[in-house]
Amino acid sequence: MATHEETTRNAGTTDTSTVYEDIPADEQSPGLDPALGDGHENDLRDPYATTDADREDGARVFNASGGDWGDLVDEATALHEERIVVNMGPQHPSTHGVLRLILELDGETVTEARAGIGYLHTGIEKNMEFRTWVQGVTFCTRMDYLTPMFQEATYCLAIERLLGIEDQIPERATIIRVLMMELTRINSHLVCIGTGGMELGATTVMTVGFRERERILRIFEAVTGLRMNNAYIRPGGVSQDLPHGCLDQINDTVPQLRKGIHEIELLLNENPILKGRLVDVGYLDLAGCMALGVTGPILRSTGLPHDLRKSQPYCGYETYDFDVITRTNADAYDRLRIRLDEMYESLKIVEQCVERLKKVQGPVMVEDKKIAWPAQLSVGSDGQGNSLDHIREIMGTSMESLIHHFKLVTEGFRVPAGQAYVPIESPKGELGCHLVSDGGTRPYRAHFRDPSFNNLQAVAALSEGGQVADVIVAVASIDPVMGGVDR
Amino acid sequence: MSDDAKASAEKPTATPPDPTLDSHDFHATDVDLTKALATDDTTPVQVGERRGMFGATRGGDTSGYGGLRTPILLPGSSQKPYGGYFDELTDTLGAALDAAGDTAYVHAVQRVVVDRGELTLHIAREALPTVARTMRDDPALRFEICTGVSGVHFPNETGRELHAVYHLLSITHNRRVRLEVTAPEGDPTIPSIVETYPAADWHERETWDMFGIIFEGHPALTRILMPDDWPGHPQRKDYPLGGIPVEYKGGTVPPPDERRSYN
Repeated sequence: MATHEETTRNAGTTDTSTVYEDIPADEQSPGLDPALGDGHENDLRDPYATTDADREDGARVFNASGGDWGDLVDEATALHEERIVVNMGPQHPSTHGVLRLILELDGETVTEARAGIGYLHTGIEKNMEFRTWVQGVTFCTRMDYLTPMFQEATYCLAIERLLGIEDQIPERATIIRVLMMELTRINSHLVCIGTGGMELGATTVMTVGFRERERILRIFEAVTGLRMNNAYIRPGGVSQDLPHGCLDQINDTVPQLRKGIHEIELLLNENPILKGRLVDVGYLDLAGCMALGVTGPILRSTGLPHDLRKSQPYCGYETYDFDVITRTNADAYDRLRIRLDEMYESLKIVEQCVERLKKVQGPVMVEDKKIAWPAQLSVGSDGQGNSLDHIREIMGTSMESLIHHFKLVTEGFRVPAGQAYVPIESPKGELGCHLVSDGGTRPYRAHFRDPSFNNLQAVAALSEGGQVADVIVAVASIDPVMGGVDR
Repeated sequence: MSDDAKASAEKPTATPPDPTLDSHDFHATDVDLTKALATDDTTPVQVGERRGMFGATRGGDTSGYGGLRTPILLPGSSQKPYGGYFDELTDTLGAALDAAGDTAYVHAVQRVVVDRGELTLHIAREALPTVARTMRDDPALRFEICTGVSGVHFPNETGRELHAVYHLLSITHNRRVRLEVTAPEGDPTIPSIVETYPAADWHERETWDMFGIIFEGHPALTRILMPDDWPGHPQRKDYPLGGIPVEYKGGTVPPPDERRSYN
């Protein structure tokens, strides 16, 4: 004890009133750095300080030990021959999953930015070649897990083009598809804004965003039985009709969503901190977007009203009344505002869908019994199940139904040989599915042009020359989802 | 599919099973598929052969139709008029290419296929950079965006095993076109179009990663999705899917590519 009282500790850092018990040298745990001393000497210094051994090879050694940040930046700028390369990710809370950013820094300024991807590659495209056309829906829905309906839709539209049944899809099925896609668009934008806010340190944006998203997920659960990875849109239509009372639920939810989105708007739109972080950050002009093939809100933030729902309509989008939102500053703030406004437009489409669904009745699957997936599911108490009527029909009354059921479940339907590419407007940009069929029961090749995959190429253009903190904002304004990027 | 293709596809010929062909081979065929494709040949292009009635693998075909051989036919060339904006597009491209003088249209565009309302131009691989540049820069074409590159592997199409498929989008004219380029497995090189379309950067890297197509002139052709030291190119047809059998309650479920299946 006496040793401690006599020893003068490094000034200020240690509470001298604390009494440490001496541990004899032979009882200390092995492996301690000898440079740290044995604790008895007067050498209880900074264990990470530079030692003579470090200086032996003549290399410069830098100690980072607090101090004034401004001085440090000046120092780093003066030593500009030094390159600081920082790995941000692949496990970093603000990289939207497992995105790895390799940043070359000069002080606080990013001089070079590269994105490394592939950490979430799961071989979905290869796997789809070993499953039937219908089973493929279950795979592609898991690509961009925030926009499951869009992958399903583009994949099913491509199959339908290959089959030549594009005109035979029942109207009700198409309206339900549009309804689900627009709800998914709101869902995706809410997560984009919510997580984007969290990355800036604004947790309230996240909690409000996810609270509103929950309302949409509840609708998805009621309709499809699942909150995400729904596998609801199937080749020829949708897997089942809307459940009883669903339209009322949607009607109740839409005003709530509108209110919630407005709450986010009040929180963000004129927020000086948010504007300070987002305005003029992540700038990418029209020429840059064209060269890098960037689509979606990023392209619309340059003022170009490019939206496939308007320019190359599918699923009857030309019959809905909605506006394409554009702004002209081409920065992260404009992209945020575009996403907010697009949610209102999506709500408009959702309301129109509900109105139409009240009038349009009928089947939700193509008539052709050699294509229509036979399982007429009805959601049971466990969230899924085959409808009793359907089981009664195939097992008891109709030999034809039984045969079709058996053939479609074991073998699947055949799709004439050829290729098709069907692009749709996902919340993140152009999502396209390139399908090649060899006339078999499985896709010969299924390739997804994921908008995030393409748009991530713009990371360098968006963040080079800016500050490290702006990289977060720039990446968040792309809204990449690594499940879709890596597939 | 054109009517011709449908007619041929529905006329399978029956021959005794060929013992030299393993039924596990994907579309194994002893038919010679190497014949050069003529520009104006409207007959469908055979890329393989389907054997048996149900395409059953692993376990044999017990239907009695095991000797059935059905050719796999992709649509052949189309004849003018192609319909829609396709005629104008090909004429403009032809005039622009012939005027520039680097590559004549007849050499650059090997085949024009209109199928299911989509236009596919089969481009000679050495002419691809010229065609891409013309497609982007000619005011009457103006395909500003290359939305991606997709690879396809037809192992039985000797001399044209690897296909690279490019989808171009013109926002100015609201049009789309597909360019298809082939390369043999022995010389899997295709000129890069990154110089014209920087957006093709990652897409070409992905196609190199998955199919082993070397895009000559690409600034940094490295793997993008698989690890840097990964052997092989996973989306080629001869690359196994992989997977391990799963045991559940005493039963064993084999991995998907080793299950009895129908294709």
